[in-house]
Amino acid sequence: MEKKPPKKLQAKHKSPRSINFKVIKLCSNHSRNKLKPEALILAKSEEQLLSAYGKTNGCVLTRDAGLGIEYCDSLDQNLQMVEKGTSLLKKMEISVAEAEKRTGKNAVNMQETYTVYLIEMRPVDAASEGTNPVPDSLWRRYSEFELLRNYLLVTYPFLVVPPLPEKRAEFVWHKLSADNMDPDFVERRRVGLENFLLRVASHPDLSTDKIFYSFLTEENGWKETVFETGFQAKADSRLKALNATFRVKNPDKRFAEMKHYGDELQSVISQLLRVRARAADRLYGVYKVHGNYGRVFSEWSAIEKEMGDGLQSAGHHMDAYAASVDDILEEEEHYADQMKEYLFYADALRAVCRKHELTQYELEMAAQDLTSKKQQREELATGTIRTFSLKGVTSKLFGQETPEQREAKLKMLETQIEEGEELVKERNAECEEFVKSAWVDIERFKEQKDHDLREALISYAIMQISMCKKGIQVWNNAKECFSKM
Amino acid sequence: MMSGSVVDNTVSSGNSSAAIPTDISGQILDLDEDDDLEVFSKDTTLTDGSSFNASMQTSPASMINQYKFEEDADTKDIFVTVDNPESHVTAIETYITYRVMTKTTRSEFDSSEFEVRRRYQDFLWLKGRLEEAHPTLIAHPLPEKFVVKGMVERFNEDFIETRRRALHRFLNKIAEHPIFSSSEDFKIFLTAASGELTSHKKQGPGFLSRMGDTVKAVAAAVRGVRNRPQEFTEMQEYVEAFSQKISSLDKVTQRIVREQKEYLEELKECGPTYALWSQSEEELAEPLKNVAGCVDRCCKETEEQVKNLSDHLIPVLHEYVLCADTLKAVLRRRDNIQADFEAKTEALATKKADRDTESKVLSLAWASLVGRFPEEVKQQKIKGEIKEMRNDLDKAEDRLEWANNALKSDWTRWQKVMRTDLRSAFVDTAERNVSYYEKCLAVWESFLHSQRTDAEGNGKVDFS
Repeated sequence: MEKKPPKKLQAKHKSPRSINFKVIKLCSNHSRNKLKPEALILAKSEEQLLSAYGKTNGCVLTRDAGLGIEYCDSLDQNLQMVEKGTSLLKKMEISVAEAEKRTGKNAVNMQETYTVYLIEMRPVDAASEGTNPVPDSLWRRYSEFELLRNYLLVTYPFLVVPPLPEKRAEFVWHKLSADNMDPDFVERRRVGLENFLLRVASHPDLSTDKIFYSFLTEENGWKETVFETGFQAKADSRLKALNATFRVKNPDKRFAEMKHYGDELQSVISQLLRVRARAADRLYGVYKVHGNYGRVFSEWSAIEKEMGDGLQSAGHHMDAYAASVDDILEEEEHYADQMKEYLFYADALRAVCRKHELTQYELEMAAQDLTSKKQQREELATGTIRTFSLKGVTSKLFGQETPEQREAKLKMLETQIEEGEELVKERNAECEEFVKSAWVDIERFKEQKDHDLREALISYAIMQISMCKKGIQVWNNAKECFSKM
Repeated sequence: MMSGSVVDNTVSSGNSSAAIPTDISGQILDLDEDDDLEVFSKDTTLTDGSSFNASMQTSPASMINQYKFEEDADTKDIFVTVDNPESHVTAIETYITYRVMTKTTRSEFDSSEFEVRRRYQDFLWLKGRLEEAHPTLIAHPLPEKFVVKGMVERFNEDFIETRRRALHRFLNKIAEHPIFSSSEDFKIFLTAASGELTSHKKQGPGFLSRMGDTVKAVAAAVRGVRNRPQEFTEMQEYVEAFSQKISSLDKVTQRIVREQKEYLEELKECGPTYALWSQSEEELAEPLKNVAGCVDRCCKETEEQVKNLSDHLIPVLHEYVLCADTLKAVLRRRDNIQADFEAKTEALATKKADRDTESKVLSLAWASLVGRFPEEVKQQKIKGEIKEMRNDLDKAEDRLEWANNALKSDWTRWQKVMRTDLRSAFVDTAERNVSYYEKCLAVWESFLHSQRTDAEGNGKVDFS
C-alpha cells in the first residue's frame, strides 16, 4: 500500500476563521430568532458556508431535519468561545491562515528548514459586514508558540493552560507520516495552532495578557519582550523545585483527586488513541483489498459474453469502495486530534496540581521554619532546653553563653521570627489565592471538557453514520450490477 | 434393428429404444464393397461401463432435445438432502457418515422416499462412476479430500459442516443434471442399503480392464490430438482464463476475510477502553458507556459479516475453482478420445495399404511356388483383421461423436448454471454487506438520539 502522494503545502481553506466566524454569526442570528434548528432555512450561500465549515472542522454537517441539531451542537464550542466571549474575541477575529517553508541560519549558524505560520487578525465588524480589509498578520514558527506557552505556564501557574498540538507525530498508523515536514502533518498542526490561540483568546484571564497580545501583533522584538519579563529565571527555579521530590504533610484532598483524575485521563486517552490507530490501519487494509475485486472483475468480464457488462460495472463500484476509505480515515484523524488536545490538557491539569503541591509545600516549609525558630526563642528565653540540640549539648559541655550573647541571639531570632511570620502570611495568602483561582479555572475546565468531549463523541457517531451510508450506497449499486450478470 | 447408415433423428426424447448415432463413416472412410459384412449392432457398450439404463439411451441430437425439455418443464421431481453427520468408530478407523434423504416421484424408483447413510468414500465412488460413464460430461466437483494443514482437521466441526454443505450441493447438481440423474449408479447410491452398495461397488469393469483403459488413455495422451476442432480450442482457452480469474477471486475473498478478522481484533479493544474511561468521569460517564456499547455491537455485526463471507461466498468460489479443473480434465478426455480415433484411423489405413501390397507380392510369389491356396488363407486373415479394425474404428468414431456432442450441450448447460450460481452468490454477498451497514447505522443513530434526548432533558441546549 503506497503512501498518499504529498499534497502541496497550502492551507486547505483560506482564512478558515473567517468562515467559522460567519457561521457562528449565522447560528447566533438564527438562535436569537428562536428558530428550531430543524427549520433552519438557509440561502444557497449559507449552505455552501456550512459545507465549507464542515470540511474545515472535520465534522459532517447534514441537511437532515432529524440531525438539524447537529448543526448547532458542533458549532456550539466555537459559539461558546465567542459568545461567552472575552473582550478580545469580541473585537478581533484570530486565525492561523497559512503555512510556509523557510530556510535560515539557526542559533549555531547552521542551515535549517522550518515552517512558519501566518497569524491573521481581523476586526470583527468588518468580517460580519462582508467587507474584507487586509488583516494584520505576522509569521510565527512553532518554537515561538512554545515560548509563549511556557511564559503563560510560569506566569499563571494556577490556570490550566491550553496545550499546543504535538511536537512530533505520535499514534500514527502506517499510512500517516511521522515526518514533521509532511504537508498533512503541517496542515493538522496549523489547525491545532489556531485552536490553541482561540483557546487562549477565549480564556477570561489569559486573553488579557499583554505578552499574548503582542505575540499576535508584534512580529519583531516580541521574543526580547518576553525575556525581559524575567520569566525564564522563575521558570528555571520552578522547574528545579518541581523536579525535586517533596512530600506534603497535609495534602489537599481535592487537588490530590484532581491529579489522580489527570493521570487516569492521560492513560485512558493514550490507550484509546493507540487502539484507534491500529484499527484504522486494519480498516484501511479491508477497504483497499476490495480494489482487487475491481481489477479481477474487469479482466473476467473480457472473457464472458452475457456476464461481461454486469461484472465490469460491479468492478467500478468495488474500486469506488476501496477509494472511499481515504476520506473516512481523514475525518477520523480530526477526531483523534480532538482527543489528543485533551490528552495534553490532562497534562496541563496535572501540572496545576503539582504546582499547588509545591505552593503548599513551600508554605509548610515556611511554617515549619517559623515554629522551630519560635521554639528556639522560647528555649533561649526560659533557659530550658526541651529538645535535643547541638546548642544544648555544647552548653552542657562548654557552659552557657554570656547574657550579652543571649541577648544578641534573641534579637536576631525575633527579627527572623518576624520575617518568618511575614513569609508564612505571604505564602498562606499565595496558597489561598492559588487554590481559589485554580479551583475556579478547574471548574471552568471541567465544564469545557465535558462539553467538548461530548461533542467529539457525537461527531464520531456522525462520522460512523456517514461511513455506513456510503457503504450502503456502494453495495446497493454493486448488487444491482451483480443482478445484471 | 436398423442396419448400417440409416439414421432416425425423429426419435423423441427419453424413451427411444435403440436409436443410433448419426453414421458419418461414409464421410470419413471409403465405403468398401465388403461392408455388407458389417452389421452395425446397436451397441449398448458405446461407452465403457454399463451404468447406462438402456431405456435412456439417446442420440446426441435427441439429447439436446431432452436438455431443452428439462429446462422448459422446470418440474423438479427429485429432492435430495445431505445432513446429520455422525461419527463411526471401528477397530481400524474413524469416519463420518452423512444422512442422504431422497424424495422423488420418478417411476424408476421403487418408492417415493429413501433414507441412507453414506460416507465420503461413497461419494468419491459415485463421481468416479459417473465420469467413467460420461467422460465428457461436466460433473460438479466434490469437496476436497482433506485440509492440507493436517489430518487432525478432518473431524473439526467447521470442516465437517463445510463438507456436508458441499456434498449436499454436489448431489443436487447431479440430480439436476439431465443425464447424470438417470444414472443407475446414482439411483443405487440414493437408495441401496449399505451392504447392497458395497456389493454393487464390487461389480463393474474389473481392475485389469480399468488398467487397460488407463494405458490406452495414457498412450493417446502421449500421442496427442492432431486436428482439434476450433470450438474445443476456444473452450480450452476460455477454461484457462476462467480458471485464473476464479482462483484470483477466491484468493481475494480469503484475503478480505483475513483483513476483516484483524480489524475485528483491534476493534474489540475499543469498546472496553471507552468503558474504562467512563469510570473516571461524571457527566461524560453516560455518553462514554453508550459509545462503548455501540462499538461492541458493531463488533458483533462485523463478526457475523466475516462468518457470512466464509460460509457463503468462499465455498461457492472454491467450488468453481475446482470446476475449472474438472473442465480441464473433461477437455483432456475428449482430446484423448479423438486421439484414439485418429490412431485407429491411421492403423486401419496402414493395414489396408499392407493388404494391397501384400496381395500383389504374394500372388506372384506363391503362385509360382505353392499354388493358390495359402494366398487365399493370407488374404482371409487380413480381411478378418481389417474387419475387426473397422469395427473398432467405427466404435471409436461413435465414441468421439458422442463425446463431442455431449460436451457441447453440457458446456452450454454448465455455463448457464455457473452464471446463475455466481450471480446469486455475489448478489447475496452484496445484500449481506448492505444489511451489515444498515445495522451499524442503526446502532450509531440510536446513540445520537439518546444524546439528543439527554440534552433536552438536562436543558443544556436550547432547541426552541
